Amino acid sequence: MSQNNGALLQVRNVTKEFGGLTAVSNVTFDIPQGQVLGLIGPNGAGKTTLFNCINGVFPITRGQIIFRGVDMTNWKPYDVVRLGLARTHQIVRPLQELTVLENVMAGACYGHEQRPLSQAEEIALEVLEFLHLAERRDQLAANLNVAQKKRLEMARALAARPYLLLLDEVLAGLNPTEIAEMVQVVLRIREQGVTILIIEHVMHALMNVSDRVIVLDHGELIAEGLPGEIVNDPNVIEAYLGDPALAEKLMSGG
Amino acid sequence: MSSSKPAPADKALNRGGFNLEAIKLGGWKYPAFWLALGLVLIGGFVPVITGTNTWRETMFLILMAVSLASSLNIILGYTGYVSFGHIVFFGLGGYVGFYLIAVHGWSLWLAAPVGGLAAGILALLLGKAILHLRGAYFALATIGINEAVRTFVNNFDLFGGPVGLELNFLVYKDYGGPAAMQWSTYWAVFGLTLIIVVLSYGIKFSRFGLGLLAIREDEEAAMVMGVRTPSAKTWAYVLSAIVPGMLGVIFFFRNSSIAPPEAFRLHRSIEFIVMVMLGGQGTVLGPLVGATTYEALRSFLLTSPLFKDLQLAFAGLLLLLIVLFVPTGIVGWLRSRFRSLWRILE
Ligand SMILES: Nc1ncnc2c1ncn2[C@@H]1O[C@H](COP(=O)(O)OP(=O)(O)OP(=O)(O)O)[C@@H](O)[C@H]1O
Ligand SMILES: [Mg+2]
Repeated sequence: MSQNNGALLQVRNVTKEFGGLTAVSNVTFDIPQGQVLGLIGPNGAGKTTLFNCINGVFPITRGQIIFRGVDMTNWKPYDVVRLGLARTHQIVRPLQELTVLENVMAGACYGHEQRPLSQAEEIALEVLEFLHLAERRDQLAANLNVAQKKRLEMARALAARPYLLLLDEVLAGLNPTEIAEMVQVVLRIREQGVTILIIEHVMHALMNVSDRVIVLDHGELIAEGLPGEIVNDPNVIEAYLGDPALAEKLMSGG
Repeated sequence: MSSSKPAPADKALNRGGFNLEAIKLGGWKYPAFWLALGLVLIGGFVPVITGTNTWRETMFLILMAVSLASSLNIILGYTGYVSFGHIVFFGLGGYVGFYLIAVHGWSLWLAAPVGGLAAGILALLLGKAILHLRGAYFALATIGINEAVRTFVNNFDLFGGPVGLELNFLVYKDYGGPAAMQWSTYWAVFGLTLIIVVLSYGIKFSRFGLGLLAIREDEEAAMVMGVRTPSAKTWAYVLSAIVPGMLGVIFFFRNSSIAPPEAFRLHRSIEFIVMVMLGGQGTVLGPLVGATTYEALRSFLLTSPLFKDLQLAFAGLLLLLIVLFVPTGIVGWLRSRFRSLWRILE
């Protein structure tokens, strides 16, 4: 049934309705192995909802999601992550009363590779080093600042050793220096061959890291293409006109 | 595409170079373990040293409280689910075991594990039914279940209905007479306390325990990270029910009778919650400290004519004070006050 076109993730006609509201409407796209796909769209376009559909937080109303050739439509999130798909949350969700190290160890223990505790610690330390959080390992996650919490989200997802990483606005709320650092982190993850789907409002950053970009508006996929094509697409510009600030970012971003 | 080659992230993140041996979990986790175990051992041998029955009876109650509170801590402190009616496992386990001893002539040593098993099975069935409820709804459901089981037993002729069951004193002969029986049941509770303390520790520092802590902190995030939350919660609930079930059998056997009001007394349940909160929920040492402190306070208050009838009010007031002023309990407070003791006071 799942004709395999070599894409790591295939999203087929996915629709998500909340009562009367259609948050995601008949969305179809692929992510080839090794690529970084940017996902943009105005506030409330359904981007986070789409993530929640892909990783099983919400059951979908219609459609099909195929990952690594496996139809995982409406799988539970804990089964999805085992197949090698990890994500971060737009609104960070640290395990507050656990240490930074324990947070990331949990990611490794229960992620794709299901590591035992001792190996999970090893992996967690490597990932923390990678994200410049190593010196905070014994601090409670609750005591981190926003930028650190964003990196912790990422560390936890990476510790799961995913094939595909979903990043939901990891740059939001960061200052320019922190943004530049985070972009480097994303690029390095990508260099390592991890496929990435990234939601981002910080347009110039997104344009720098994405191979291709898709655009959601009112739950519908209205454009798909190279970053350069997207910023000049009349449909996209129109979608953003309701949000002048973002429209401006979009224009200056290319 | 669905090949099983290692995820690409592997080689990249595997940039080694650390000497991990030095900081293995095992390196620092022992002091807390030996402290908890040491305290139980010392407490447990007090009656032998003093040689008095009064001390044995006091320590019997304290050890029982410690193991009940430690059991409750697995679901309440580690997993974050407030099992308000936890006494149901003590009562039902007690009933099943007592019935087997009194009616079928079973040995206590066989009936107690079976009572624990019965409590575990009840938790397993309940887990499927009520562990999807969150917060106050779960707490209310557990109260409802305790009341439902009590009503059921009250009308269940096999268990003696409202009158309950009694034990023929001659039964104690098999245990060397009533006096010797008092000691052997004491050792049994002592042994169970050691087991539950070791288990509490083992769970907390295991992969399974990390999953439970993740559930406590943020259940949805835990699911997203890969914790199979329904089964993890259910197993935590089962583990927290088994020792109470066994203790129920031992307690009522020693008591020589069992009846619904004693077996399913909700206010005992509340007292266990107070003990866990007082000592520090989610720590291994907390239930130990909390149960001992609470029992000591209670026996002191019991001797005072003024407070004799106000036990429950006292428990409620204490709970209120803890929640308001020391939500992390005695051990939690010490931990945050003295960071150097972090690894000792787990
Ligand atoms: N659990 C839910 N129940 C009902 N409606 C929801 C739920 N989650 C999201 N929605 C609605 O779905 C729509 C899309 O929301 P979503 O959070 O996916 O947007 P977004 O593109 O991520 O926006 P932003 O850029 O602000 O993060 C919104 O109208 C939102 O109110
Ligand atoms: Mg969003």
